[in-house]
Amino acid sequence: MSKMHIKMKVNGEEVETLAEPRELLIHVLRERLDITGPHIGCETSHCGACTIDMDGKSVKSCTVFAAQANGKDITTIEGLGDPDNLHILQEMFKEHHGLQCGFCTPGMITRAHRLLQENPNPTEDEVRFGMAGNICRCTGYQNIVKSILAAANEMNAAKEAAQ
Amino acid sequence: MIPAAFEYHRPDTIDGAIKIISEHGDEARVIAGGHSLIPMMKLRMADLSHLVDLQEISELKGIILECQSVTIGAMTTQHELITHEELAKVAPIINEAALQIADPQVRYMGTIGGNVANGDPGNDMPGLMQCLDADYILVGPNGTRTVKARDFYEAAYFTAREEEEILTSITFNSPVGGYAYEKQKRKIGDYATAAAGVLITKEGGKCTHASIALTNLADTPIYCEEAVAILTGSDLSADVVEAATVAAVNASDPGEDNRGPIEFKKHAAKIVIRRAIERAIERA
Repeated sequence: MSKMHIKMKVNGEEVETLAEPRELLIHVLRERLDITGPHIGCETSHCGACTIDMDGKSVKSCTVFAAQANGKDITTIEGLGDPDNLHILQEMFKEHHGLQCGFCTPGMITRAHRLLQENPNPTEDEVRFGMAGNICRCTGYQNIVKSILAAANEMNAAKEAAQ
Repeated sequence: MIPAAFEYHRPDTIDGAIKIISEHGDEARVIAGGHSLIPMMKLRMADLSHLVDLQEISELKGIILECQSVTIGAMTTQHELITHEELAKVAPIINEAALQIADPQVRYMGTIGGNVANGDPGNDMPGLMQCLDADYILVGPNGTRTVKARDFYEAAYFTAREEEEILTSITFNSPVGGYAYEKQKRKIGDYATAAAGVLITKEGGKCTHASIALTNLADTPIYCEEAVAILTGSDLSADVVEAATVAAVNASDPGEDNRGPIEFKKHAAKIVIRRAIERAIERA
């Protein structure tokens, strides 16, 4: 089957690649574009390790065809922060031990980022409900929730200080 | 977990999509949010060579609220249903049910049209639409027709939709009175072990209108006529609720699977149905 031209904006940059329509977005990101932040956990839309942001929605990129993502605006963990300039969520996950092995973390943080965009001041219950599509097998979630709540506080404090 | 190869189409009108489907017959399938179809394609349980993506068709999107009725475009996502404030006021049962579907990521992609048209007995919206007595609008090469949700489901994955038709929208009268969608599931993201949607209207201590439908308790959703007859006109006493609950459980026909044996399903169904009826009465 012939490949198709896929154009997307990924982390603010216009990218173009050739891919078969049946290729999954996660494979195109990781293998064709070398964006390996989003991970492949279950590949069956359960675990959330491959979560990315697509046109302002948290999406499991193992359950989107490359062809469907043509023309979309995508943000991955790489677009949120980098080692010299951590995103506040990354900072708080570090601070509050929100990770152990770290495999689920890119998906966790990318999802938490969207959650806080939509609900900047969530309760603990709202964080748990909003993060229900991401599975962690190490931490028992306690510190993940704590990290996200702390990030919300920091972000709100920064917003207030700016005003 | 790589699906078989296919040719991809992204038409921007309903007519354009129907033309492609008509041309390729059963080789073509439409894709909405894809969160049922893509897993089936990965498992090679869905076999197609033309995938018709509906995402660009603006006619399929949106929620229209008129004085007595609600119309929801097939490509409206669960997330859009949940966050639509006016819809939550007019038909709060939609909000209550949609929040119990899958997980946040899936709800951003999953659509109401895909959920009702797919014919998967595990999907929640078919039972809910039977509860609301919704109409499905189907468009095909020979024009438009309407099929009631209560007549749409024939068997698991078999519906009244013809191969070259697209389910374009859903419409129902704004529900009045009390409501509840109660669902028991093993974990987030799982289908229901048992779920029930209930509507109850009360006037002067009497039930003037009732509706009950079940999810994942048979090959198709089940509208519980007998239970509805027991509730309608009654005083909604504890005995009546018990009788209606038993009638609804008797209307179910669950199969044994990894969610448990039949006896367990019926046990869960009884609890879920009673809770749904009681909560709907409280809110009526």
